[in-house]
Amino acid sequence: MSDVRRRIDAIWRIEGPRIVATLARMTGDVGLAEDLAQEAVVDALRQWPESGVPRNAGAWLTAVAKRRAIDGWRRRARLDERYRVLAQQLEEAREDDWQPIDDDVLRLVFTACHPVLSREAQIPLTLRLVGGLTTDEIARMLLVPVPTVQQRIVRAKRTLSAARVPIVTPEPDEWGGRLGAVLGVVYLIFTEGYAATRGDRWIRTELADEALRLGRVLAGLMPSEPEVHGLVALMEFQAARFAARVARDGSPVLLADQNRSRWDRVQIERGRAALRRVDALGRGRGSYALQAAIAECHAVAPSVASTDWDRIVLLYEALGRLAPSPVVDLNRAVAVSMATGPADALPIVERLAAEGTLAGSHLLPSVRGELLARLGRVEEACAQLRAAAELAGNERERAVLHGKADALAGSHTTGPAQ
Amino acid sequence: MKYMLILRTTDEAKAAATELDFEQIIDAMGAYNESMMKAGVLLAGEGLSDPEDGFVVDFEADRPIVTDGPYGETHELFSGFWILQVASKEEAAEWASRAPLGPGSKLEVRRVTDEADFEAYADNEYVQKEAGWREQLGTK
Repeated sequence: MSDVRRRIDAIWRIEGPRIVATLARMTGDVGLAEDLAQEAVVDALRQWPESGVPRNAGAWLTAVAKRRAIDGWRRRARLDERYRVLAQQLEEAREDDWQPIDDDVLRLVFTACHPVLSREAQIPLTLRLVGGLTTDEIARMLLVPVPTVQQRIVRAKRTLSAARVPIVTPEPDEWGGRLGAVLGVVYLIFTEGYAATRGDRWIRTELADEALRLGRVLAGLMPSEPEVHGLVALMEFQAARFAARVARDGSPVLLADQNRSRWDRVQIERGRAALRRVDALGRGRGSYALQAAIAECHAVAPSVASTDWDRIVLLYEALGRLAPSPVVDLNRAVAVSMATGPADALPIVERLAAEGTLAGSHLLPSVRGELLARLGRVEEACAQLRAAAELAGNERERAVLHGKADALAGSHTTGPAQ
Repeated sequence: MKYMLILRTTDEAKAAATELDFEQIIDAMGAYNESMMKAGVLLAGEGLSDPEDGFVVDFEADRPIVTDGPYGETHELFSGFWILQVASKEEAAEWASRAPLGPGSKLEVRRVTDEADFEAYADNEYVQKEAGWREQLGTK
């Protein structure tokens, strides 16, 4: 890749979202805005190696894209009134006037995460439009072929267009659900990096870093939304443990076995600061902030044994009422087992198993196996751990679960476990 | 990856700064910092007081010698830093080139090492201890 190409990619990461946001406001069409911006990038690739990179590259790209829009409309045989007015307006705006507007970017965020799009479409579109990533980068991060990413982005843009989705920040009355969708997309990007669901890389830091960056951008755009800071706090706490979550051979290290001195204390401090911002807004802790508070309990505890498990159980109970989910119940069961013992936790897990809501996920049998093992019910425990291994989508995780079952089976016949 | 932008200024830059209204300098720096905050890349940054307030510890001789004031004749001084979290070297360069600085100022941009850089020495007692020190520093 040429030096200019790499420079343009870096400039695009910084300016791209704001350029597209500006053009989207002007044209009212995200797909068109992005196409125009991409054409401007192609122009830049042609011209900048000769002319050098302009001092204000963002303004240059925006001006070129606008000119292209005007030329395109001029070329239309039957120029309708709407385009005439648009062309006029674009003509009148002088190019050195370009000042990106934060609200434009916010509108773009809500558009990319619009509920008419599937998660499969929202994620690459958000990374593309709001994260300023290239299609190649997104493909590498999501472990899918480049054409697949391109296709998803094109389809997403067409869907927005077909559904006539306006590029606006939602009205206050629909703000709640719409914000939830935005935060959900960012957190999904993070968790995809945090526990890679496919492939054998346990943590893809790049993707998690990108989600954190998006979260910080959102916190800047919506400083008075507690859940935005809650999400940032949660991601900071979880990312702080990255270094300790992978052994040198690349295998995962579980919370109990992690060397806590390898947790990034500076990052934990950033998480605590974000949580303080939630509390300072005085509107209580939402579901992301509660999850962050749980992560904080782990982050400040010197060891598993000295963790405030009672508090974690309380937080999970609150979270379960606010955002009921079987995964929250399962985590609550783990916390209960640590606070008061596996006998209290097993009924919660067995109820979940009976409900069948987590069927197909390796999480339930793996927790169930752990609890049974602690209760000395070795054979049942082994069966559960093996079942969990079969269901795990990540090869590393599968190996860990099989390892546990092997150790358990071995200890059962040869004496106490190590 | 993290990069440190190390600000080096010379007497020339210092002299030029005295011509300007200090409020303007604060505004320009503030806008620059804000743009990095908004982009979610700024992790930390500090400015340093005048070199005259500082002192130098020199290791030329058998024993370190402490002398007041700025370095002898170099005239190029470290006066502040930023730490950014970015995806590439080019992105670090792009942010660095946007700093509101003029003639006589330089930014030295250096990647901050992480655990991966010491992978080969992971068994070293001090590499292991360092993690513990970070914990102490982070919670002091």
